[in-house]
Amino acid sequence: MEWPGLYNYWIVIFLMMAGLYIVMARANLIKKMVGLSIFQVSVFVFYLTMGKVSGGTAPIVIDGDPVYSNPLPHVLILTAIVVGVATLALGLALIVRIKESYGTIEEDDIEKQETDA
Amino acid sequence: MIAAHLPALQIVLPLLSAPLCVLLVRARLAYALSLIVCWLAFAISIMLLGQVLDGGVISYRLGGWAPPWGIEYRVDLVNAYVLLIVAAIGALVITYAGPSVAREIGGGRETLFYTSYMLCLTGLLGVTITGDAFNIFVFLEISSLSSYILISLGTDRRALTASFRYLIFGTIGATFFLIGVGLIYQATGTLNLADMANRVEPLGASRTVQAAFAFMAVGLAVKAALFPLHSWLPNAYAYAPSVVSAFLAATATKVSIYVLIRTYFSVFGPEFSFEVMTLGPVLMVLSIAAMLIGSMIAIFQDDIKRSFAYSSVAQIGYMVLGIGFATVLGVTGGMLHLFNHALMKGALFLALGCLIWRTGSVSITAMQGLGKRMPWTMAAIVGGGLSLIGVPLTVGFISKWYLLLAAIDSGLWWVAVFILISSLMAIIYVWRLVEVAYLSPSPDGAPSGEAPLVMLIPTWVLVLANFYFGVDTRVSVGVATEAAKYLLGAGS
Repeated sequence: MEWPGLYNYWIVIFLMMAGLYIVMARANLIKKMVGLSIFQVSVFVFYLTMGKVSGGTAPIVIDGDPVYSNPLPHVLILTAIVVGVATLALGLALIVRIKESYGTIEEDDIEKQETDA
Repeated sequence: MIAAHLPALQIVLPLLSAPLCVLLVRARLAYALSLIVCWLAFAISIMLLGQVLDGGVISYRLGGWAPPWGIEYRVDLVNAYVLLIVAAIGALVITYAGPSVAREIGGGRETLFYTSYMLCLTGLLGVTITGDAFNIFVFLEISSLSSYILISLGTDRRALTASFRYLIFGTIGATFFLIGVGLIYQATGTLNLADMANRVEPLGASRTVQAAFAFMAVGLAVKAALFPLHSWLPNAYAYAPSVVSAFLAATATKVSIYVLIRTYFSVFGPEFSFEVMTLGPVLMVLSIAAMLIGSMIAIFQDDIKRSFAYSSVAQIGYMVLGIGFATVLGVTGGMLHLFNHALMKGALFLALGCLIWRTGSVSITAMQGLGKRMPWTMAAIVGGGLSLIGVPLTVGFISKWYLLLAAIDSGLWWVAVFILISSLMAIIYVWRLVEVAYLSPSPDGAPSGEAPLVMLIPTWVLVLANFYFGVDTRVSVGVATEAAKYLLGAGS
């Protein structure tokens, strides 16, 4: 196997782990959302890689006998991107509301206020 | 013919009514519209079940594109049954919602509540009816995003953090499912579940298929709040508006469990799931842990909604336990408990909603002397509680009976012991409420009087359903057994 081989998949795995790690390790809610987005993006890259055929072109009818990439995963990921945007927007909106009612977006401080109450 | 398009209408009607609710602006109009649409959806789900019982599997081609290229809505006995549960609870809860929402949410946000509610219902019905793996993801996210909104509408500020936490967990769960779908698409080249099932089998135990299975199973377990991935659930149910708690507790986790059943049995097949991947012991250990730990924590909660939320974690354990046996009896028990738990938790959370409507609190101290102050509400709580414990003549008894039979049938008598222990723990946390409500005097000046009839009637419909289906088991057990046979027998 020639190096770097299927390097796209290494990128996918790196992004996925980095995203998950940020979600788990960071107490700041905004940073959690950033991690979540990175995690989702890794899956988008995964789908895009999956659909690519070496030497393939965009699925538009052209003369000759071209090799086409598989457009289906790309279309699926358009939908998933929309879902990702909606999730990010909703998450940020919730963070704004949390900031308004707790005065902080640090998970530790919020937990402290909740246990005191 | 309209009858041929019922599968599409089941989804399209609630989906279209959601934006209309925003446009109607007035809360009362939005309520009326959602009420009509929910009951229509319920009627459609009954007709669909009828069609399936008469004529077998319905395959509906969306836009006329033939599967496996087009999206197919596939209704068989299993999801017709789940559709019926979701639509029935959806209709009963929305009927109840009017006064409760006006009091708990209010402030011009009611129309937005109805919009999110209809979207959530669309998502849940969509997940259930569709026969396309990616479509499941999309509907799952529709229902999840709208349920985050619904939860955040709670009056307590902790609803916001609960909702945020659910958002993080839910998104990770759904994304795991998406990764699984991607991997299986790589291996099989199809997204249609039925087609996928045919193509997975010859691949055998390939690493890609195993990874896909693992990702899908874990992702769905997060959405189903299977122990130990349940930590989003208690706060989300405890601080959400009562209507939302009732609706989500009775439907959302059930639908995730349905998708779990679908992937284990229909897509990957029982042999792969339970022999190659040895899922049985894993599910049993986790579900028994859920039953014991969930019930244990439920005993020590002062907030009753939280107590019942932990009890939900335990009840999800029962459903998954049934699936873990992977026998007809076990899956029947699991499916029955899916139906029965929707009835009992729906009834309990609606009754708690009546309590909040009158007293504004669900702490155990607010229940002192409630037996005299709100006799009907308290009787409903007792009725639901009896069913939760599994007293004979209630639905709780039927499903636990089938689970016990399944345990003994599989030669796992120690599992039966755990089922009994967990039921005994349910007696403790239900008895606590009975004791406070009937045996301690009301504090001076405590608010009394019943909730409006529009709230009491749906609550009591569910309570009575608990007893009706506990006595007349022909419909529920019959359909569940057939569905279990279908899942284990046909495989696809």
